[in-house]
Amino acid sequence: MALAITNCVALTGLAGNLIQVEVDISEGLPGFTLLGLPDAALSESRERVRAAVINSGEIWPNRKITVSLSPAWLPKSGSGFDLPIAIALLGAQGLLPSESLESWAYLGELSLEGNVRELRGVLPAVLAAKKFGVTRILVPAKNYFEANCVTGIEVIGVNDLREVINLLRHGVAPPEILAPHSNFNSESSLDLQDVAGQLLPRRALEISAIGGHHLLFIGPPGTGKTMLAERIPSILPQLTPESALEVTAIHSVAGNLNNRSLLSNLPPFVSPHHTTTSAAMVGGGSHIIKPGATSLAHHGILFIDEAPECARGVLDSLRQPLESGSVTISRSIGSITYPARFMLVLAANPCPCGKYSGKSRGCSCSQLSIRRYLQKLSGPLLDRIDIRVYVEPPSRVEMASEELGESSQDVRKRVEIARSIALERFAKSSWQLNSQIPPEALRKQFRAAKAGMNLLNIELEKERISARGFHKVLRVAWSIADSAGHVVPDESDVAEAYGLREGLEFLG
Amino acid sequence: MGSKQKLGARGEEVVARYLVERKYEILDRNWRIKGGELDLVAISEFGVIAFAEVKTRSSLTYGHPLEAITRDKAYRLQRLALAWLAVHHKWGFEYRIDCAAVIVKDGIKFEIDYRAAVL
Repeated sequence: MALAITNCVALTGLAGNLIQVEVDISEGLPGFTLLGLPDAALSESRERVRAAVINSGEIWPNRKITVSLSPAWLPKSGSGFDLPIAIALLGAQGLLPSESLESWAYLGELSLEGNVRELRGVLPAVLAAKKFGVTRILVPAKNYFEANCVTGIEVIGVNDLREVINLLRHGVAPPEILAPHSNFNSESSLDLQDVAGQLLPRRALEISAIGGHHLLFIGPPGTGKTMLAERIPSILPQLTPESALEVTAIHSVAGNLNNRSLLSNLPPFVSPHHTTTSAAMVGGGSHIIKPGATSLAHHGILFIDEAPECARGVLDSLRQPLESGSVTISRSIGSITYPARFMLVLAANPCPCGKYSGKSRGCSCSQLSIRRYLQKLSGPLLDRIDIRVYVEPPSRVEMASEELGESSQDVRKRVEIARSIALERFAKSSWQLNSQIPPEALRKQFRAAKAGMNLLNIELEKERISARGFHKVLRVAWSIADSAGHVVPDESDVAEAYGLREGLEFLG
Repeated sequence: MGSKQKLGARGEEVVARYLVERKYEILDRNWRIKGGELDLVAISEFGVIAFAEVKTRSSLTYGHPLEAITRDKAYRLQRLALAWLAVHHKWGFEYRIDCAAVIVKDGIKFEIDYRAAVL
């Protein structure tokens, strides 16, 4: 009678551990001891569980209560253990059938009234529970639809403790949960046809989307850099179901699901403000390590407007995720790795006043201040950006034209075709996008046509391009070849790629 | 004696009777020194000395009586018990500290919740 065991899930980043919640009630002075490295929110569980149990009309044992969360060495945080503790506590008093405790898992914070409140990170927790062989899991009603994205495990959403007790004791199913009205569309509401003119930036956008190349837009204020960047999700192929689940899981851990529909197959678009801190950019926090903008942009786009205005450390913190596709954050409570494979899009003014374009067109900045301004984008970061283009102000003719630009749908079709060509080519490789081809493969099986290679070799000899730049140009050339339907990049593909990468001379 | 004290004294009396019924011999009552008081000291038929702290309540409105025993109070009982053993030359005896909750129902019925060896 005096012992009951049930299950819960503790999250470490996106990975979950199945936690056994054991409650023992023994003779002795009334007391409540919580073992297993709880954090502050979890330690307060005692008061919430007690009030919730009593206010749900159940008995609180005036005895010595020991709650153990095992494995005991794993630090646990958050309020999601309230519900399993309450259930095990009732089970230990013999008030609930024990078979439904040990094989099920429970997640939920309790209010003093006994309501089951919503939590962050329910989706990855349910995924973990399934991995550990749990067949049925009870979650807060508000997290039901999120949890139900996981197949192969029975998910029950509950509103309050009473419903859980009735279910376990009498088999009364909790009321059905109605789907909330979703304001979100799987399709991006932004369309490329809204952008007037801008042929070169449009081309750059399309090539980046094909190869997953990082992109830099430089141009005066008001020319449409942001407008262009915001429309990238509309020309990217839709996310696969697995990717969509991964993206939803990250947003769930960040407590960010209100801004995104569940399992949306639209690639995420994240645009942190340029005053953002590195912790917000790559993830951080002292008790709970939350994913940052780089992880929220996983499988999507990370757009940083006014990039030179960013603190230098913040931009440079992007280098690890750009390199490895993941971020590892270490704090005193441990290390956590979040996935962070995104397409980086930077936008910058060419100079502090914004009007410099290589020619003097009313720019009032000194040569020195122009140089200093763009130097804030560090060399190593710039080097990782494959395509850099200047966004000119649209001409009066372009603005006056009533003709709409090409629509996102048309562009996306071309991107999808080009990507499928690349996928076929990389069928036997470990990478999927042109931007991911490793250097040794570029030197062997993925060389451009002879004329193209010659062009690059000459530039290399004249030291107009670095070895890394050489590889970057080749990668972009592959994307251009895919969009043109060439089997191997020819001289014109390489030349265009060279222009897209190295065309901005004043970047230095 | 105020009504609270009277209630307490009656509670202790009821627990003393409860122990005697279970073949305990009462050795001392309300043993008081500087630092506190021991409500009841009794010895079992097997020679174990029980120090019983009695908490009496006329209702459960303010929670269970035993919740009033905090950790500090428990440590004080432990010290008092050792002091009693020393004063009465009972070193070497096996001893334990018990708590008893007495709840008065309808003003006449006494309900005892006796918990042995709580510390």
